[in-house]
Parts: sequence; structure tokens; C-alpha cells
Amino acid sequence: MATGEQTVLQFAPTASSTTLSAKVHPLVVFNICDCYVRRPDQAERVIGTLLGSVLPDGTVDIRNSYAVPHNESSDQVALDIDYHHNMLLSHQKVNPKEVIVGWYSTGLGVSGGSALIHDFYAREVSNPVHLTVDTGFRMGAPAIKAYVSVNLSLGDIQLAAQFQEIPLDLRMIEAERIGFDILKTTMVDKLPSDLEGMEASMQRLLALIDDVYKYVDDVVQGVTAPDNSVGRFISEVVASLPKLSPAVLDNLVNDNMQDHLLLLYLSSITRTQLSIAEKLNTAAQII
Amino acid sequence: MAAAPIARSFLQVAATEEVATPLRVVQIEGLVMLKIIKHCKEFSPALVTGQLLGLDVGSVLEVTNCFPFPIREEDEEVEADGANYQLEMMRCLREVNVDNNTVGWYQSTLMGSFQTVELIETFMNYQENIRRCVCIIYDPSRSSQGVLAFKALKLSDSFMELYKTNNFTGEKLREKNLSWVDIFEEIPIKVSNSALISAFMTGLEDDTPVTQCDYDRLQLSTNPFLERSAEFLIECMDDLSMEQQKFQFYHRNLSRQQSQQQTWLQKRRAENMARKAAGDEPLPEEDPSNPIFKPIPEPSRLDSFLITNQISNFCNQINGVAGQNFSRLYLMKALHEN
Repeated sequence: MATGEQTVLQFAPTASSTTLSAKVHPLVVFNICDCYVRRPDQAERVIGTLLGSVLPDGTVDIRNSYAVPHNESSDQVALDIDYHHNMLLSHQKVNPKEVIVGWYSTGLGVSGGSALIHDFYAREVSNPVHLTVDTGFRMGAPAIKAYVSVNLSLGDIQLAAQFQEIPLDLRMIEAERIGFDILKTTMVDKLPSDLEGMEASMQRLLALIDDVYKYVDDVVQGVTAPDNSVGRFISEVVASLPKLSPAVLDNLVNDNMQDHLLLLYLSSITRTQLSIAEKLNTAAQII
Repeated sequence: MAAAPIARSFLQVAATEEVATPLRVVQIEGLVMLKIIKHCKEFSPALVTGQLLGLDVGSVLEVTNCFPFPIREEDEEVEADGANYQLEMMRCLREVNVDNNTVGWYQSTLMGSFQTVELIETFMNYQENIRRCVCIIYDPSRSSQGVLAFKALKLSDSFMELYKTNNFTGEKLREKNLSWVDIFEEIPIKVSNSALISAFMTGLEDDTPVTQCDYDRLQLSTNPFLERSAEFLIECMDDLSMEQQKFQFYHRNLSRQQSQQQTWLQKRRAENMARKAAGDEPLPEEDPSNPIFKPIPEPSRLDSFLITNQISNFCNQINGVAGQNFSRLYLMKALHEN
């Protein structure tokens, strides 16, 4: 790259460029995919605003999003700014703590039009985060990337804006709560009831314990090489079971069971009481 | 001369009303569930509501999107604001091709105590405008135990007719054979996801064999939840006994009034005999101006029905958690023995 004697190509230093990272909630991914599926026929990609907050340690927490209608031709991009502001106001009525933290677009990579849109968002909030969600699966796997823009300037002249990728953390905890089986398939016939859910969790636990057993057996027989850190974990787990004598444990378990049986009994009595009360209330009056 | 049996005159077709297929299943999208969970959890323990949007297709009610309502202060001017917000949101969502059709609303609840008169009134309000609407109840306190506490409710038709007449006396209820179980109908929920999002989730899922959901479910400390359930249960039983006392009071008054009427009637009859003996006109045997003939209003049974519903809900919850706890206790015992 040719440089003059005095002017030097420099990156504008951003104080947080080294430590900036972003966290995305699964709801945002769902929103983006839903908007992409519903996009108007002539649009190739969907653009929208990201809402969230900036945590005290500098991480950007992306919690919500909404799509903004736009028109894109080969060199021009037109964004519906009124719509963007209206939606922002509406969302802030519900949750005033969510502010604009950036914008998203579907499709891999950053295009020329994106720089213009990024400028627009840079006017709304300092250092917006640009999220790209690859809905075309061009890399054979889902790819979600986040960028911030860094200005390249030659002396005093702005040359270009470079999009630098920042680490992205997908916080899937809420999705895990619902259970991936419900979110993965296209149709779930029934929400699992309490006991079915317990059964599933216990089966998973059983499978894990079996795996650990097999691993320990293999190591003892010399089939697999022992890994010290894994061994330490296992011994920690086994040691974390509280040391209770069998009699004390029996007492504990029995007491708990009796408490629960009592509650079950109470609730059955209440039910009987309810049906009696109902019969009495609506009984025919004998005058 | 004889018209072909297949062809019906236009008038005939226009006259036959479409029979509405009964609602059998509510199909929710994963997106809606996530949104509801996020909204309710952010504001818990305050109770929040929001609107459901979707499509009404045959016997399936599809819910494809939703938006939350801002928390309303007790202010008069906010009424117009709320309506504006709703219109604004629906207009904006229509521009991005989201289904613009209201199919109901959702609300969060605390410990499952959601059967109130307000719920019924909101249902009636919605029912006037929309043919089929559903209310989705989400309980964030139960979801912290690993149970996905979503319920789809609607009012049963017979109850709605009865509510319109606003007459909840014993005879009416016996006529319609309506008891407290018939007020709310719970509809099974199905979850659907678009193919794109299921591809994303499959690709993005961590490879861990254990998820947060499992951690929540295998937790041993459920006592606080049980304690709160039992407390609420006790409060509701108190309410129920108050309602019972109202009925007792009413019955006592009624029987007292009956006996008063009898004595008055007998006195009249005795008077009439005397007058007949004396040759006078007999007095009428009824006297509507006498206060003891005023009919006493029977107290409405709606409140007691709602309380009964709540109590049964609490009982169900307690049963569910206790059942789960049995499994956990046995699991713990087995682990120790090994």
C-alpha cells in the first residue's frame, strides 16, 4: 500500500476494540429467521435493528430485534427511517431499558451498501454492532458473525471503514430451558408434562453415568490413556455426595417422603371437599 | 322439472350457516414461546400481558407472532395511549408481512392463580370481535423448575351464554348442567417451527449432553415452591368458606322468611274465617306491600366457581411437584447406596 512520507495509514484507535464482544440471545436469531422467511418477494436480504444494552464490562448484550423495510438496488440503499423510529418508540414503551445497539442483515459477508447503513446507525448510537446471519448456509453450517466498524484514515482524510469481526457469544440458556427438542423439529405434538420431562432428564443422567463408568473401566484396563483432569473431576463429583450414614440418610429420605405424602393427602381431601361443596351449593331447594 | 339434487339454489346456500369447527389444537411457533418467556421473565413478579397474532385455520388456531403490552399505570389518559400503541404495532408488523390478525392474548401468572373475573370479562370483550380467541397463560415460577408451564384456555360456550344473561342462580346452573369444571376449557398446544429456524437450532446446538433444563429438573430444593402453593391454597380455602357462609346466611334468611310468611298467612286465614262468620268480605291472602314477601336475591355463584377452579389448580400443581420430588428422592437414595 503506497503511503506518503508524512501521511501514514492509520487505524483510528477505539478504546474498546480489543475487548469488545457481543452476546446474542436466541430470541434474536428466531426473530431474524422469521423476518427472513416473511420477506417480500423482491428483496434478497432483510435488514433490521438490534436492541439491547451495553453491560458494564463493555460487552454488548443483544436481546431483541425488529425488521425494517428497505429498498436495495445495485448502488443505492433506502431504509424506512420513520418505521424504524416508530418501532423503536413502541418497543421502548414496553421496555425502556432496551436501546439500539446495532443492526443486522442476512446474507454472508459485508457489502458496499452495508457501509452506508452502518453510517446511518452510527449516527444513532456510538459504535454500533453489525450482525450478519447467514441464512443461505453458504458455508454448509449456520454462521452468525458480528462486526464493528473501524475507520481507516489517511492523515485527515477518511478512506474507508473496515469491518472487524468481534467475538460473539450465543447465550442459548433460554433456548435450553425450553428444551432443544421443542425448538429443533418443525412440529412438536405435545408439550411434555412434568413426569415425562423428569423421565427424559433422568435417562440423560443415566446415560452420562454409564459413559463415566465405561471410561473408568477402560482406563483401569489400560485401553484408554488416563487423563488427569478428567480423573480429578470424577473424584470431585464422587466426593461431593454428602457423607451421611445410611441410617441418617434413610431418616432424611423418609421424612421428605412423608412430607410429600402429607401434601398429596391434603390436596386429595381438598378436592373431595370441593366436590361436596359444589353438590351442596347447587342442590335443589326443598321448601 | 326436478332440479338436479346436487345443485342448490343460491338462496339455499346463502341461508345455510357455516358450522364453526370446534377448536381442537393451538399451534404456537417457537418464536412466540421465546418472546412470551422473555417478556414474562423480565417483569416477574409483576404480571404482564400481550397480544397474540396469527391465523384461524379450521380446527387449528395458529399463533405466529406476538407483542407485549406496556405496563399500564392507573391513569385515565393512558386508555387512548394503549389503543394507539396497539394500532401502531399492528400497522408496523403488517408492513413486514407478519399476520395481522388478533387471535387472543397472553398473560403471566403467579403460582397459577389466574382465574379471576377480569379474565372472564376480557374473554367476553374479545369474543365480541373475534370469533375464536384463546388466552395463553405462562407461569414463570413453575418454569424455574424445568416444567414448561404454558396453558391455552378458552371459555366454554355454555358458560359464555350463561354469563351474558348474568344469572348464576342454582336453578339455572342445574338446568344447563354447568359446574365449575365447565367454565374454562384447556386446549392442547402444539409447537411448530419454520424449517429455517430448525436448521439453525440444529446447527447451533451445543454438544453437551446435559442442558440447563435438566439442571432445573433435577434440583432437590422445591420446598419454597411447595410452601407457597400451600399458603395460597389456605388463603383460597378461606375465601371459599366465606362464600359458603354467604350461602348459609342466604338460606337461613330464606327459611326465616318462609316461616314468617306461613305465620302471616295463617293469621290472615284465621281472620278471614272470623270475617266470614261475621259476614264480611274476606281479606286477600296475599299482601305484596308487606316486607316479608319481598324476594331475597340469591348470591351469585360465579365467585365460588372461580375460587374452586383456583383451588383445584393449586392441588394439581402440588400433585405434580410432589410426584416429581418422589422420583428425585428415590434417585438420591439409589445414588447413595452405590
